Amino acid sequence: MTLLDLIDKLLGRQQASATTAKHRLQLVLAHDRSDLNPELLQRMRKEILEVVSKYVELDLDGGDVTLETEDRSTALVANLPIRRVKEAALQSLNLNGPALEAKPQSDAIE
Amino acid sequence: MTAPSQHTILICSGKGGVGKTTLTANLGIALASQGVRTAVLDADFGLRNLDLLLGLENRIVFTAQEVLAGSCRLEQAMVKHKQEPNLSLLPAGNPRMLDWLKPEDMQKIVEMIKPHFDVILIDAPAGIEDGFKNAAAAAEEAIIVTTPEVSAVRDADRVIGLLNTRGINPIQLVLNRVRPKMMANQEMLGISDVTDILALPLIGLVLEDEQVIVSTNRGEPLTLGNGKSPAAIAYRNVAKRLMGEQIPLPDPNQLNKGLRAKVRQLMQTKIF
Repeated sequence: MTLLDLIDKLLGRQQASATTAKHRLQLVLAHDRSDLNPELLQRMRKEILEVVSKYVELDLDGGDVTLETEDRSTALVANLPIRRVKEAALQSLNLNGPALEAKPQSDAIE
Repeated sequence: MTAPSQHTILICSGKGGVGKTTLTANLGIALASQGVRTAVLDADFGLRNLDLLLGLENRIVFTAQEVLAGSCRLEQAMVKHKQEPNLSLLPAGNPRMLDWLKPEDMQKIVEMIKPHFDVILIDAPAGIEDGFKNAAAAAEEAIIVTTPEVSAVRDADRVIGLLNTRGINPIQLVLNRVRPKMMANQEMLGISDVTDILALPLIGLVLEDEQVIVSTNRGEPLTLGNGKSPAAIAYRNVAKRLMGEQIPLPDPNQLNKGLRAKVRQLMQTKIF
């Protein structure tokens, strides 16, 4: 963020159009380069959240799964703030050792 | 001047109208005036215009088509520029060539031209379809032309992806039609915005210049003679950098001197 962006934000003005252009480009290029369509990304995001939610309670409002791109390489970046580790996940660890996937968690997905 | 190394360079952009042909014509003249034996090859068979920008449209007798068909010799088809005899144009043939032209045909043409020239510039058509692929088939290096606009940068990115998979290297960038005032006001993508996104080295920065239109009207590229317009200087610098000279790129902020420019620069300070 530049000083101008901050002032624009404080005054409730629209950000400079160059900044908007850059952000829009970065997003659209991440998709162009990876050939992932938004629908597929949405599905992947949902499934990632489901898996992670088996073990930890997530703050879904603060989380995000996005494509980011830098130097012509694209990365899938998941930012998933954790509220707490799930009791059930901890118990399964104690009972079954490291083989976490051995016990399905029917109550895990909310 | 020592003999320069051989270059076969594709000039491309993806998007149309960003200045491929203008760059090819001006770079060709600028290289030739530096003593580099230069051939420009119009690979835009559908919508050829390189002859017009070079002012050679009335001197075309044969084209790439006749050369490939074997109905004329290469020397008969190459049109030599009167004021810059180091520059020759191989005109594009009839648009119907698109129906049968293959990448191998382009390779054949370039192989025929190579022994006689130091630099071959291939003016690619817009788009990423067969015409572009044919043009790219014979190239070893590329110069991408783009403008600081979202559509041009996006299309350039697609083209870079295609060139990367073909092993074309180096790929360098010319940022065209830059308006320093709009950039300073952050109403136009900045230079580093574009180079960061495309991850390419910049070999030229060309300011928006009305003289470009005047020069195309006349069929006399700006780099012809001693033209001192901003674009002419920029194109000449691209030619020099291509030949290995170290010429620093202009800082667009320096183009806008004074207090207002300083305030604008302060506003662009990254705070987090």
